Amino acid sequence: MTARLDDSAQDLLRDLAPKVLGALLRRYRDFGGCEDAVQEALIAAGLQWPSQGLPDSPMGWLITVATRRLTDQVRADTARRLREQLVVSLIPADEQIARIADAAGVNERDETLDLYFMCCHPALSSASQIALTLRAVGGLTTAEIAQAFLVPEATMAQRLTRAKATIKSAGSTFPELTPADRTFRLPAVLTVLYLVFSEGYTSSGGDQLYRVDLSNEAIRVARLLFELLPDEPEVGGLLALMLLTDARRASRTGPNGELIPLDVQDRANWDRARIAEGTRILERALLRKRAGPYQIQAAIAALHDEADSTETTDWRQILGLYDSLLQFNNGPMVRLSRTIALAMVEGPAAGLSALDAIALDPCSSIRHRIDSARAHLLERAGQHAEAIRYYRQAAQRTTSTPEQNYLLLHAARLSDSFNA
Amino acid sequence: MKYMLMMNTPGGGPYQIASWPEQDIKAHIAFMMNFNKKLSAAGELVGAEGLSGPDQAKVVRAGAHGEPITDGVFPESKEFLAGYWIVDVETPERAYAIAAAASAAPGPGGKPLNLAIEVRQVMTGPPTDWTPGT
Repeated sequence: MTARLDDSAQDLLRDLAPKVLGALLRRYRDFGGCEDAVQEALIAAGLQWPSQGLPDSPMGWLITVATRRLTDQVRADTARRLREQLVVSLIPADEQIARIADAAGVNERDETLDLYFMCCHPALSSASQIALTLRAVGGLTTAEIAQAFLVPEATMAQRLTRAKATIKSAGSTFPELTPADRTFRLPAVLTVLYLVFSEGYTSSGGDQLYRVDLSNEAIRVARLLFELLPDEPEVGGLLALMLLTDARRASRTGPNGELIPLDVQDRANWDRARIAEGTRILERALLRKRAGPYQIQAAIAALHDEADSTETTDWRQILGLYDSLLQFNNGPMVRLSRTIALAMVEGPAAGLSALDAIALDPCSSIRHRIDSARAHLLERAGQHAEAIRYYRQAAQRTTSTPEQNYLLLHAARLSDSFNA
Repeated sequence: MKYMLMMNTPGGGPYQIASWPEQDIKAHIAFMMNFNKKLSAAGELVGAEGLSGPDQAKVVRAGAHGEPITDGVFPESKEFLAGYWIVDVETPERAYAIAAAASAAPGPGGKPLNLAIEVRQVMTGPPTDWTPGT
């Protein structure tokens, strides 16, 4: 086993990745080529830094190596890139590198920012947007991204290659974004970061040893975005939502990966530092008086985080927040969550009749959640036989193994006490 | 050599885990998790997946213009594939031993289920010394 970078060097490398890419793009424009060159420089750093130590200027080192890889690539590819080769070869290699390093910092902020928007190009599927964001902005290697999503490396490499080809054929050079473009694409960027964060929860099984923690990566990349756009309240809202949710992570599962629901979690194990940081960021965002779905969801998470128990949670305020959230997103998942809050305020009977309205237009992806919510409310209403039936139905319909185990065990426990 | 071990469970048979008492379900889940851990620690596990139930299964064929024609679902099917393992082992006997261990997963009352596990060798590329006509 070769030496590995320690965590702080790994973080430094990943934080520098988008800046190095921005610097290269400033000079060479070609997104696909520059992105490949930076990836190779990151891999070279991962191999050389552990034995040779950190260079004096890690950023300069990465720019130098990436530029060499890019010029090598350009020289090797004579036919297709004849024009670039001529332009590049007019300037001696060392001088090119020096110019790039000097120019760093001028428009660094905008260009790092444009990387986020580039990776969320509307022509790309969300799976491709996610992969490209993790590589170009997150500085992860293809192998790390593949492991995190439990797919073969060749599959992930192909997904990335196709994503870059799609951007190219859509006619995008870099950077070409107007402020209007950025405003238009910001929701897509936030969605991608939230999807990465959620994926960190759903694929949290298996061998963790060399797997990148996607939730931590999402938080790290969201922090970078927040530094670039401190005045966008929804960016703060998203970062706050991630921190306030992640604060409960250690309490959310037992030693064998079994799910532990909110009402029986050990709240003493919640991460108070994350809660404090998330709350501070959320309060700052709310001051701008431009509400949005991430700020509202963060506010709901904050109310859960500050309560001592489910009973002392301010469900009335949570219900009001779900009503506000419905104005932005009236999808079945939000309506279902609102129903749970309604039942906590007005009792299970009110929740059950609200549930009937949602179940009228069932979207298959949440059918098992409706079943599970109904089972929970029936149990609270004392209708145990019916509750057991719906817990089992939910268990049959879910496609998540930990959730299925939880539902089966809950139904069995209820059934055992019912029969006793 | 690689083998695929397919766990087939009868649709209406003994593997109706939902109706078991809590402690039996717990024992079964713990057995399966430990089983995979041991295979992985032995360096024999290539992959393992559980599949969603037959009530969500569809059979698909291409129509006249290549469009998908779906059939199903099949909640009442006699037998269905509940999940599979792919293991990389030295001998077929080792694959059979692993299959037997999986088959003995505990059921109601902790008694072994003795489920049918179908063992099939995974096809490989040509041997390195392969020449046509030999």
